[in-house]
Amino acid sequence: MTHARTHAAIETVIRLESPRLIAGLAHYTGDIGLAEDLAQDAVVAALEQWPAEGVPRNPGAWLTTVAKRRAIDSFRRSSDLNRKYAELGRTLAAEGGAWTPDFDRAFSDDIDDDLLRLIFTACHPLLSVPSRVALTLRLLGGLTTAEIARAYLVPEPTIAQRIVRAKKALSTADVPFEVPAADQRAPRLASVLEVIYLIFNEGYSATAGDDWMRPALCAEAVRLGRVLAQLAPAEPEVHGLVALLEIQASRIPARTDAAGEPVLLLDQDRSRWDRLLISRGLAALQRARDLGGERGSYALQASIAACHARAFRPGETDWAEIVALYEVLAEVMPSPVVELNRAVAISMAYGPQAGLELVDQLTAEPSLRNYHLLPSVRGDLLRKLGREEEARAEFARAATLTNNERERHLSAGRAGERSV
Amino acid sequence: MKFFGYTMGDPNAPVEPPSPEMYERMGAFIEEATKAGVLLATGGFAPMSEAVKIKYTDGQFTVLDGPFAEAKELVGGWGLMETRDMSEAIEWTKRFLAIAGDGESTIRQVYGP
Repeated sequence: MTHARTHAAIETVIRLESPRLIAGLAHYTGDIGLAEDLAQDAVVAALEQWPAEGVPRNPGAWLTTVAKRRAIDSFRRSSDLNRKYAELGRTLAAEGGAWTPDFDRAFSDDIDDDLLRLIFTACHPLLSVPSRVALTLRLLGGLTTAEIARAYLVPEPTIAQRIVRAKKALSTADVPFEVPAADQRAPRLASVLEVIYLIFNEGYSATAGDDWMRPALCAEAVRLGRVLAQLAPAEPEVHGLVALLEIQASRIPARTDAAGEPVLLLDQDRSRWDRLLISRGLAALQRARDLGGERGSYALQASIAACHARAFRPGETDWAEIVALYEVLAEVMPSPVVELNRAVAISMAYGPQAGLELVDQLTAEPSLRNYHLLPSVRGDLLRKLGREEEARAEFARAATLTNNERERHLSAGRAGERSV
Repeated sequence: MKFFGYTMGDPNAPVEPPSPEMYERMGAFIEEATKAGVLLATGGFAPMSEAVKIKYTDGQFTVLDGPFAEAKELVGGWGLMETRDMSEAIEWTKRFLAIAGDGESTIRQVYGP
């Protein structure tokens, strides 16, 4: 094996083990900041020892053992450590300070529970949404701060600071490392699902910069969703979210053309949709429904996505069903954006004039004033109705509203386009 | 990135028939890989002796029944993985082989449809 491959193999093992290592240590310490510091110490030791000695048979147990020993060493060496460090060191020292790697633990349910606790803690509503996203990607995705910064097009120190502050906030508030109790479970789970959904969406339609799609973020969100579905299998909305993400991800190969330009849903080459992901998505949707989650907001969105996924040609799309689903979604999750999508579905099912009537009601909506898809949709409907002058003005307006280079190009192109 | 990993039960890389203990450990491994969001689908191959080959040459089909190898029962399996990169797919395959025992796996990146 070449040196480069050995090094890559070691880094991969560490990245794979990292979430479970941190989760296990967080359970032990009750503090994810401290857990990550200890994990980092263990990683440094691994990078020193593994190239010469080889990767141990159970790398996770090795890392955990080393991390715990480091905790004790630090405690013994220094007297002015923070309170949590001191408590931990004392506990570990009292236990005798000797551990043998526990080879069964890597497969045990405890670690699954710890991972679930880690997800809930990283997505704690106490934290700002960007902090939850950064912390989740760092602790559960194993992404480096540099990778997160690149994905979100912000300077690395910004992400690093966001993560440090988030860990400090959790520590200061003494947020317990636990799966929330029944009365808190629903809102806390909603926060977790939102974070995963936002990570996916950031990758799916970037709001800034010239990289229209960031497949790595989409892939990470889908993976997190799949992990969560295994950890919390009784939660219908988890399966609803997974269904939505799998079906959306199935279209990634068809969403851009050879030049990297976006291709709209109805223009996509559906033979390029990933059928495996579609069937996984449909299966996840069925699980959500079987668990009684049919009216969950993610399950509803997944049901809409499924209507598209089931149609091999755009003409086969059941638009009346989509309109009906948007009506339920508008009840469950009232929002002008849902209304806008409902208007598009209505126009497809019952003609552009019917859609335009609803869109025109939305133009007065303050929250949509700077939403580029409103003029974009309105322009589309006007063009279909032959009102070309008005349509062009709407596309020009859409172009000025979007931050994304490629989407702007698309809107600007349509503004200049002659109708046929 | 998706990868298809397989052990074909190739006569050049024979795989021992699995013991009950191995079944149990393999079950735990499959659970772990699924929980990690990595394993999308997996299955086993019937012995090579039961395989059929279909050839198409100059407009003519030829269907060849096995066995194609010696009498030894050669089994195999496959898994479709989704990982961040090839390096992760290699690591998961190592973990698979550590349970399956001596043998050889091939991993091929799977492109979209």
